[in-house]
Amino acid sequence: MCPVELSDRVGTARGEQLTPPPHADLPGATQAPALSIDALGRKCPIPIILLAERIGEVAVGQIVQVLADDPAAKTDVPAWCGLKSHEFVGSAELAASDGWAFLVRRSY
Amino acid sequence: MAYFDAASAEPISPAARDALVAALGDGWADPVRLHREGRRASLLLDQARERMAGVLRCRADELAFTSSGTQAVQLAMLGAVRARQSASRGPGHIVVSAVEHSSVLNAAAALEQSGSQVTIAGVGADGRVDVAGFTEAIRRDRTVLACLQSANHEVGTVQPVEEVAAESQAAGVPLFVDAAASAGRAPLPAEWSILAASGHKWGGPPGVGVMVIRKSVRWRSPMPAGNREGHRVPGFPNLPAIMSAAAALEAFEADRDEADIALRLLTGQIRDQLKTLVPDCVVHGDGAGSLPHIVTFSCLYIDGEALVIELDKAGFSVSSGSACATDTQQPSHVLAAMGAITHGNVRVSLPRGTTEESVTDFLTVLPEIVSRLRGTAAQPQEAR
Repeated sequence: MCPVELSDRVGTARGEQLTPPPHADLPGATQAPALSIDALGRKCPIPIILLAERIGEVAVGQIVQVLADDPAAKTDVPAWCGLKSHEFVGSAELAASDGWAFLVRRSY
Repeated sequence: MAYFDAASAEPISPAARDALVAALGDGWADPVRLHREGRRASLLLDQARERMAGVLRCRADELAFTSSGTQAVQLAMLGAVRARQSASRGPGHIVVSAVEHSSVLNAAAALEQSGSQVTIAGVGADGRVDVAGFTEAIRRDRTVLACLQSANHEVGTVQPVEEVAAESQAAGVPLFVDAAASAGRAPLPAEWSILAASGHKWGGPPGVGVMVIRKSVRWRSPMPAGNREGHRVPGFPNLPAIMSAAAALEAFEADRDEADIALRLLTGQIRDQLKTLVPDCVVHGDGAGSLPHIVTFSCLYIDGEALVIELDKAGFSVSSGSACATDTQQPSHVLAAMGAITHGNVRVSLPRGTTEESVTDFLTVLPEIVSRLRGTAAQPQEAR
């Protein structure tokens, strides 16, 4: 399969790697998540199932945070948002452990 | 019962089987020896080369046989880059698309490790390479090689090789085309510098790859010296398999137009019916700009590995790009580059001669399996 060191750098040449924006710079980060889902250690599709199940618990316009470390979540959370017309706000690498925090705004 | 994984390996055709059996009696000797058996083997090797070159529309002396498609890719890329590296140019810059076969991306990674710069050009949601991004990268200084597949092996999307070839030619950069997914199935692009393909994708036996280097293109072997295949490929050639692969390619090409219509009808049927039969199912790529035999989709909220296993139990052999179904536990880099859902993924690739009945059976079995798996996976209410 694709070597990891290449897969994260679409459109960039060596030495100009894309780095995920720090959490504080995310556009949604000014608004605290209304719900945090801890899917660390859970394989896809579990993080997506939990997100789909629980996004209804927050009000429209509020933010759900999903913590996940399965590499598939990096593609699947934004792809699911696109399919379901919810807003993918952004993601940030977790400082304490491997994995990411994904922010999703409920749109309807 | 049906085998729907032709993109991994097309079942060996009757023409290939007959040729292989005949060749085992006739084509076992060392073709570089001067004795009678050696001359016979050399003659058969040349004949296979002529036949394959006829279908691939190249000169026979441009074509070298390798031991696999992957070996063809590795030799093609490493040799093309080596020939163009120089004191002034340094280790050079290479452009690849994000959805190339892993053999291409791994060769690019190896070149990067030895100092070359690598640019990975992105693709759209349909898997088609971003032509502007790709050609802009080609025009960068010190570019020594551009690599674009003829069509994608996972979602079937045909790549705009002709558009890229014009730019590449204008910039004086050789273009390597990995044609493994489409050779024998679709007309090859007209313009390229180096091409690679693989015999088991067109109904030949495993263990035969093809590397074609245009006469005008510089290439220097990245391997220690050898005297086989015009000093381009190491090792004693697998002549029986080569003869069989040549017969298979001719037969595959001869039936191409008929097969194209039949397979397109069946994959079209799968594409259309999935949308109504399976809720929350996303079909990847676009049917019109795809190879005739591939249709790839993802069923939300289920595990791709479980889906492949259940389909296998029900008699259908398919593959999956979901992380859980791969040996690396990484999701398909193709689906990731397209921004597509990677879990619950299935690639259906129909071999020649697939019946409408087997496709109808598949479309009956699949929705049942998906809903059963969703039931056990604590299906979210939102998706029903």
